[in-house]
Amino acid sequence: MGKHIVILGSGTAGTMTANRLRRAYDESELRITVVDQDDSHVYQPGLLFVPFGLAQPHALVRSRPHQLHDGVDYRRARIDRVDLDARTVYFAVGGWIAYDVLVVATGARLLPEETEGLTGPGWGENVFTFYDLPGAVGLHHALERFEGGRVVVDVADMPVKCPVAPLEFAFLADWYFQRRGIRDRVELTYATPLDGAFTKPVAAKALSGLLERKGIELVTEFTLGEVDGKGGRLVSYDEREVPFDLAVVVPLHGGAEYVERSPGLGDELGFVPVDPHTLQLPDRAEVFAIGDAAGLSASKAGSVAHFEGEVLVRNIGRFLAGQPLDGSFDGHANCFVETGFHRALLIDFNYDTEPLPGHFPGPVGLPLMKESHAAHLGKLAFEWLYWHSLLPGRELPGIGSAMPERGKIHLPA
Amino acid sequence: MPTATYDGTLVPVDDEGFFTEPERWTEPMGEQIAKELGIDTLTDRHWTVIRFMREQYAAKGTGPTVRVLGKTSGVSVKELYQLFPKGPAKTAAKIAGIPKPRGCI
Repeated sequence: MGKHIVILGSGTAGTMTANRLRRAYDESELRITVVDQDDSHVYQPGLLFVPFGLAQPHALVRSRPHQLHDGVDYRRARIDRVDLDARTVYFAVGGWIAYDVLVVATGARLLPEETEGLTGPGWGENVFTFYDLPGAVGLHHALERFEGGRVVVDVADMPVKCPVAPLEFAFLADWYFQRRGIRDRVELTYATPLDGAFTKPVAAKALSGLLERKGIELVTEFTLGEVDGKGGRLVSYDEREVPFDLAVVVPLHGGAEYVERSPGLGDELGFVPVDPHTLQLPDRAEVFAIGDAAGLSASKAGSVAHFEGEVLVRNIGRFLAGQPLDGSFDGHANCFVETGFHRALLIDFNYDTEPLPGHFPGPVGLPLMKESHAAHLGKLAFEWLYWHSLLPGRELPGIGSAMPERGKIHLPA
Repeated sequence: MPTATYDGTLVPVDDEGFFTEPERWTEPMGEQIAKELGIDTLTDRHWTVIRFMREQYAAKGTGPTVRVLGKTSGVSVKELYQLFPKGPAKTAAKIAGIPKPRGCI
């Protein structure tokens, strides 16, 4: 009788993990069950483009089980809780499933109701998020009706999925209003809880320079305390105000609800505090987490889940064989930052190395931290790669889990 | 490595004035740093937060963010901003003599 791996979540991280494991192990050695509560796998990088009419909402959604290889069981159920001592997952409607290895891959959840006023008057009228599909579609209609005024893009507080997406939204909004010929009637503001446009100095400098060139005002250290939809004001906890006619807010994020109902599994925000290098839960050798669900100081991004996957599959194999884990994740993230006008800028970094200029993946490659048409084409091509190469669990030739040092130029900020 | 003198003792700090060696910190140093940051008197509520920051740093290797502080310290985010108006996580970390909270990327 083989071992049973239960993977909670069938998004980017869970699907890739299931398929990678299925490719690596025979069905007689390993049974794989994936659990998710619905059948809609959303291509989340596409959400950014929906408000600008650059992506069709229905084209971003595919069936979850259809992305899984043959030989992976799909169980559609809401999770009530995990009992770590009993190595059992309980479902909301009753029933349970036992595991030898558990992989938590249920991502991050949007918590707009945790910010005062955010889901109150104005929500869906002049206050939106583009971080889920209904929000992105609603925002698309609002943008089409918009004839001028103040538009603010605000990140409530960290951590959020894809920390560059709100910046990309601001860049694309500048492009969108120019294309419509009303840019001179629109005031664009970007408000962030960070002390710069990005967390790391070299990238923060480059990205704040881009905001400035595009005439987008940058408001820093703005932690969202209250949204006044009727009065058109965002108010920070330290009582500063940003007025708006249209607010695009990235709400607070937390882990999946069942994590909070599972003693010992999550941290204060419902993310799973696994070891940053092995992805294993301390004191629970059979429990791992990957992707946005993991409480790591790595970006919550699909590329991170992909790079983690290689390490995770190796470590699960070592664990099953009773050997010490030797797979080590370095925090590698790689993001195409869409900057508008058919250009994008690529950043590549890990736990220890901030985004730097140079080329990726080596001295001959895509330029880093510099706008180019090639990077924009890379971003567009990525959607095909996502469905046909990354989700099926294939490796990208020439791009490994570890961040490449070759090609990077170390500069003082 | 820059240094600063608190309570008559020279201690190493980072470029932004955060302690790099938290074990060198004393409560009188915390009071002096608070004054320099515009907080004249540290109340019991301030100390609740400061001690919580140090415990969290000892346990996790980084100070908590404002949001985590609000959920776990027993002091709400609103009150945290009243106590430490210029950004609770950073200000309290500086007073508590721990390195700058890493936050998230």
